[in-house]
Amino acid sequence: MSASTTELETLIGKPWKKPPFIKRPWLRWLLALGFVAYLIAAFLTIEVNWSRVYEGLTRGKAFVLAFTSPDFTTRSSDIYDGMLESIIMTVAASVVGIGISIPIALGAARNVAPLPIYLVCRGIIAVSRALQEIIVAILLVAIFGFGPLAGFLTLSFATIGFLSKLLAEDIESMDRVQAEAIKASGAKWLQWINYGVQPQVMPRLIGLSMYRLDINFRESAILGLVGAGGIGATLNTAFDRYEYDTAAAILILIIVIVMALEYLSGIIRARVQ
Amino acid sequence: MPVSQAEGVKLWQRRTGRESLFHWVLWLSGVAIFAYCWQQISESTTWFFVWDAPRIASDIWTRATPPKWEYITQLGEPIWDTLNIATLGTIIALIMAVPVAFLAARNTTPSAYFIRPIALLIIVSTRSINSLIWALLLIAIIGPGVFAGVIAIAIRSIGFCAKLLYEAIEEIDETQVEAITATGASRWQVMAYGIVPQILPAFAGIAVFRWDINIRESTVLGLVGAGGIGLQLSASLNVLAWPQVSLILIVILFAVVISEWVSAKVRGAII
Repeated sequence: MSASTTELETLIGKPWKKPPFIKRPWLRWLLALGFVAYLIAAFLTIEVNWSRVYEGLTRGKAFVLAFTSPDFTTRSSDIYDGMLESIIMTVAASVVGIGISIPIALGAARNVAPLPIYLVCRGIIAVSRALQEIIVAILLVAIFGFGPLAGFLTLSFATIGFLSKLLAEDIESMDRVQAEAIKASGAKWLQWINYGVQPQVMPRLIGLSMYRLDINFRESAILGLVGAGGIGATLNTAFDRYEYDTAAAILILIIVIVMALEYLSGIIRARVQ
Repeated sequence: MPVSQAEGVKLWQRRTGRESLFHWVLWLSGVAIFAYCWQQISESTTWFFVWDAPRIASDIWTRATPPKWEYITQLGEPIWDTLNIATLGTIIALIMAVPVAFLAARNTTPSAYFIRPIALLIIVSTRSINSLIWALLLIAIIGPGVFAGVIAIAIRSIGFCAKLLYEAIEEIDETQVEAITATGASRWQVMAYGIVPQILPAFAGIAVFRWDINIRESTVLGLVGAGGIGLQLSASLNVLAWPQVSLILIVILFAVVISEWVSAKVRGAII
């Protein structure tokens, strides 16, 4: 058998084989082996209480069924208040966050700012990006007390890291020629920013702002879990009381609002770009 | 071009009268909405606590420093759990996201009017609900523990991975697919030799990117009881053991930075 294949190979050449994704064979095998070893170790250390999971399946079914008959009415005033607070936090935090991130983005763009300012602004961005919203919220609730103010500050802080970083990258990749032309006409620094830089990054800024508004709303839904205001507290109570129909109603509302925001941001982005 | 005439000299303006009026109204309504939101927030805030905040903050700072370094011996297992939640969650999510992505992409979906909207609905609904909420829900259903965390991360990641993947599928080069089809390949062979090689780099990139995000998210899942280092964090917060809290925060920060570094390196090697 093997003799005939080699004879065939000398006649027509080696048969084609699909090229592997990772070219170096030792790396390929090392990665595969390490991965399998990790999987075995992981499965051995995870304790799953299967009888508890099995018991839960009926409750899981009850929850899935609750989505077909969500209860908007019983706790309507709680849901309304929570949703309104979430939206208010989202809007206020987005406005303040975007307002603060614009100067920081200018400072974090190497072609606009001198080195010391650049380093300070990049540091602020790194700190804001490394801390998750929920941890910041816990600390701010401990400092400022319960309520939407802590949530508002958390979302503003998180917005700075996200928006400044992406906006600074856009400013760094802008067209130098246009900005130089404005400078050559004798513009002051603020005029230079306003007429040379801002028109170039405005579409991106609007798109990012809409995207961040969307993220902020999603995040505001969980801040209530740690007492920072919004719909999260209502949702948590609904789960604790096994009121799945109310929980389903809240989740449906969140999904609908997120979809609406995404649709809106799609339209706005298509218009400005 | 918007030009105004003053004393016989033409002056350039940035906007026409109608445009500037429109901008003015837009700004006015924006400011009004913000003022309303701020007033609502300020109404439900106890301002006494806010004025007291600097003192409280410095108080917490003195309690939290220095971190209780010897507590790190108890953090090994929670960190391992956190890593498992993120990694296994990502793997399960990828396994489920691939079929959803193929059903959602315009050029591979079997039916654009019936199956594609369902796939898109799965993507939107899993994406718009935070993993903490999924964890909360799963804990109510299957009980607290690492398993609930894995499933929560998996469900939350499906939408993200499937969305990026189906966008990659829609951007493939159709000529390669046609070439494979022209050799007489079956539907599955076209998939394996025409489509998969084109999206494999994107797939690997998405997997590592999502793994990085999942490490971040799984560190806090313990706050609601879904295992990992967050469990230690909430336990320490509940007994106001601030030196432990600060150590845990340092460990979390470290884990996030390392995972971001790994993901950046791997993505750099792929692309």
